Amino acid sequence: MAHGTAAVAKLDSPRSPYARRKTTRGNYELYSWVFMRASGVVLLVLIFGHLFVNLMVGEGVHAIDFAFVGGKWSNPMWQVWDLLMLWLAMIHGTNGVRTIINDYATRDLTRGILKGLLLLAFTVVVVLGTLVIFTFDACPADAPAELLASFCTA
Amino acid sequence: MPTAPAGTLYRGREGMWSWVAHRVTGVLIFFFLLVHVLDTALVRVSPEAYNAAIGTYQTPIMGLGEAGLVAAIVFHAFNGIRILLVDFWAKGPKYQKTMLWVVVGLFVVTMAGFLPRHLINVFTGGH
Repeated sequence: MAHGTAAVAKLDSPRSPYARRKTTRGNYELYSWVFMRASGVVLLVLIFGHLFVNLMVGEGVHAIDFAFVGGKWSNPMWQVWDLLMLWLAMIHGTNGVRTIINDYATRDLTRGILKGLLLLAFTVVVVLGTLVIFTFDACPADAPAELLASFCTA
Repeated sequence: MPTAPAGTLYRGREGMWSWVAHRVTGVLIFFFLLVHVLDTALVRVSPEAYNAAIGTYQTPIMGLGEAGLVAAIVFHAFNGIRILLVDFWAKGPKYQKTMLWVVVGLFVVTMAGFLPRHLINVFTGGH
């Protein structure tokens, strides 16, 4: 850096009040911190409900098959439930793993590659999951009836 | 009395170990979530493809894995509430140790409600 007259001219006057250096990075980390707490509470309700209905009611895990999913997603309430759960859990989880990568991957290149892979996984899973919830057909025409929900043949 | 090695920020005890457990369970749940969305996506392939994939979740070994997954979720959820209280409740930091033991207690109660039912389903149910 040159010690010319231009640099001297930029000096603050002795009486200017102390000002903390303004950050140019915005409040991203603050919002991310708030999001983890807010989404965490919602996810507790969504995931406990999901686990209760899928693992505790009736035969539990043995009751799950294509017809079971067909029955659930024919109800808009479960579509919204699962969509919200997908998005919140993926953002919450991706943000958590981002924090862990930032903590332990010290080389810029390593950190960049890991976060690139994380973003890729996030995008693929969220897009795929969202499409599946909205384009799901509980009664595909070419499938054997015994594999489908009872309302398909009713 | 042993002292912590110089130059470390890790202080051990309830505070650090609950933080470690929160990270470990969080990563575990995240990777299961990735797999779980992919297996559920098979409903768009065919009923047979989905039923074949979900059939592997109904074996005893996977049933034990599900028990572990639920345990990780239950701990992460309750400890997450503890973190909220530490952050937003004025007395939270003072009671963080006590609250960890409350979390452990609630975890035991919840798993006592879940495990018998799930394990009976896994080992005696089925088609």
